[in-house]
Amino acid sequence: MELSRDTLLETYRRMRTIRAFEEKLHELVVAGKIGGFMHLYAGQEAVAVGVCSNLGDEDLVGSTHRGHGHCIAKGVDVKAMIAELFGRSTGTNKGKGGSMHIADVDRGMLGANGIVGGGIPLVTGAALTAQVKDSGRVAVGFFGDGATNQGQFHESLTMAANWKLPAVYVCENNGFGEFTPTEFVVPVKDIVERAASYGMRAEIADGMDFFDVYEKAGRAIELARQGEGPTLLECKTYRFHGHYVGDATPYRNKEEAEDWIQNRDPLDLFERKVTESGVVAGGDLREVDGEVDALLRSAVEEAESAPNPEPSDVLTDVYVEYPS
Amino acid sequence: MSRDLSTGGAINEAIAIAMRSDPDVILMGEDVAGGGDRSKDGTEEMGGVLGTTRGLIGEFGMNRVRDTPIAEMGLLGTAVGAAATGLRPIAELMFMDFLGTGLDPLLNQASKLRYMFGGKVKVPLTVRTVSGAGMQAAAQHSQSLYWMTTGIPGLKTVIPSSPADAKGLLLASIRDDDPVIFCEAKGILNQVGPVPEDDYEIPLGVANVVREGSDVSLVGFGATVGIAMKAAKALEGAGTSAEVLDLRSLSPLDESAILTSLEKAGRMVVIDESTPRCSIARDVAALCVDRGFDFLNAPVKCVTAPHTPVPFSRALEKAFMPSAQDVLDAVAEMG
Repeated sequence: MELSRDTLLETYRRMRTIRAFEEKLHELVVAGKIGGFMHLYAGQEAVAVGVCSNLGDEDLVGSTHRGHGHCIAKGVDVKAMIAELFGRSTGTNKGKGGSMHIADVDRGMLGANGIVGGGIPLVTGAALTAQVKDSGRVAVGFFGDGATNQGQFHESLTMAANWKLPAVYVCENNGFGEFTPTEFVVPVKDIVERAASYGMRAEIADGMDFFDVYEKAGRAIELARQGEGPTLLECKTYRFHGHYVGDATPYRNKEEAEDWIQNRDPLDLFERKVTESGVVAGGDLREVDGEVDALLRSAVEEAESAPNPEPSDVLTDVYVEYPS
Repeated sequence: MSRDLSTGGAINEAIAIAMRSDPDVILMGEDVAGGGDRSKDGTEEMGGVLGTTRGLIGEFGMNRVRDTPIAEMGLLGTAVGAAATGLRPIAELMFMDFLGTGLDPLLNQASKLRYMFGGKVKVPLTVRTVSGAGMQAAAQHSQSLYWMTTGIPGLKTVIPSSPADAKGLLLASIRDDDPVIFCEAKGILNQVGPVPEDDYEIPLGVANVVREGSDVSLVGFGATVGIAMKAAKALEGAGTSAEVLDLRSLSPLDESAILTSLEKAGRMVVIDESTPRCSIARDVAALCVDRGFDFLNAPVKCVTAPHTPVPFSRALEKAFMPSAQDVLDAVAEMG
């Protein structure tokens, strides 16, 4: 195991924070304490953390409607995220974005995106900025299998490949586009097959295995940084919840879902690997669990008592300058 | 010092000035270089379908002047992402009709990122696009869709009426920190007029009284300012003093200039190249009824295209487009 004990513990903390964050949100939505459309990332933690562990603060990520995990993996403040989901003025977006637009550009997080595929050209643009300015930054776009049917995906990857932009395109193939199995609507077996039409490098990773994602994303990010152009990285994964909170998932095979959740949970797989290697003890991880749970408890408490935006705030932040 | 330039030439000069004065300004779009700077064998580049950006690749190189694939959504979305991360892109949407294949980045991204993120990002993007009829380009290359972008909060929409205004308004648009849709009306692209040589900006949201008058106010923008001027001259011969107000930008809209002109003349005709429903013309008319009712001595008249696609035949296209005669008829109807 090449990663240090501290790095492994930090990795676990990020994955565990995402899981606890999403389970807490589920609870809060069901209890009617927070509103809006809520798409949970639980089950896919190894992808966000595996990719973002290779990025620096100055690197950029673009995300999807299922974006909380990418935020946490990129280092966005969890308390400000919870406040945002409560619609408070102390939120990451001052209560103007909510779950589908949660963002923190100061942390290089260019936003969740309510339009399927909408984040892909934004990331391509971020990579263009990096190339024009020769800044050495890399831009990573996360998107689902469903987004690879969108024109924005094809147009962006065509441009990125033409210009050899410093971008990595991470497809989180969780088997379903909303409620429709991927194989019903995607005419290729693996999403990576699409990369051939852009002359782009492509690789498949086990999206439940942090170490596999970490290694393959690391390679792609390094190549992008060296000016070797973009890569399409397909991570095979599974979402433990439905498309959104409230989706009872009647469309999915119960045994299959149970198998993924019971036997392929990315946190369990990570724990088994690191404890078997002897670098980290189970007790260390339980300590992290306690800290994460405490953080979320206080995040919710603080958010509940935080101020709402003023009604007059509806009019601000539309333009930088707009003569009345 | 001024010299005569076409509107296209003035736009080219504005882009060059902006790119010289700010290394973050880049130009991207379909054919904007147009074959230039690839082989360095002296082959002439196209500089866009109308040649507006010819020569810029030579001065600024391929890093800052980029031919994109014919992929409007991809190119506009990439420009939005670049604008949100530190560049100041000028993206060309060859014809405004192509909003159909490129709308999401403007409708759901550029216009909303700042708001959705609580003011923590800016999107200093300029989308240059050619609008309007008059080249027999038919139904899919002739629309005036500025009403659509004007109706989207978070976007600004600008439309110059002369070569000198095109230069000053484009420089202001490029240097503006918000996303601006800059419409280049076909009717004025080849118009030639004096353009100052220096670097100057015309502020967005400030209308321009092109001609003073006291009996009727003719409100236009883009190519319809010329129509208004032609009508004003004809009216003068008939003893009617017409004011011509050029809106210059549709969002922000200079409402006080419109109301001031209405107050002065008591009668108003708004001339708009677009189709009538949800048009700028009717938006201005509604403003006059809502906030200028006491100034009105007659109903506000809207001269627009009809509620049809743009036809091909020169005879039909001429019938489709607003004319000075339509303005004179509208004034006559007001009594």
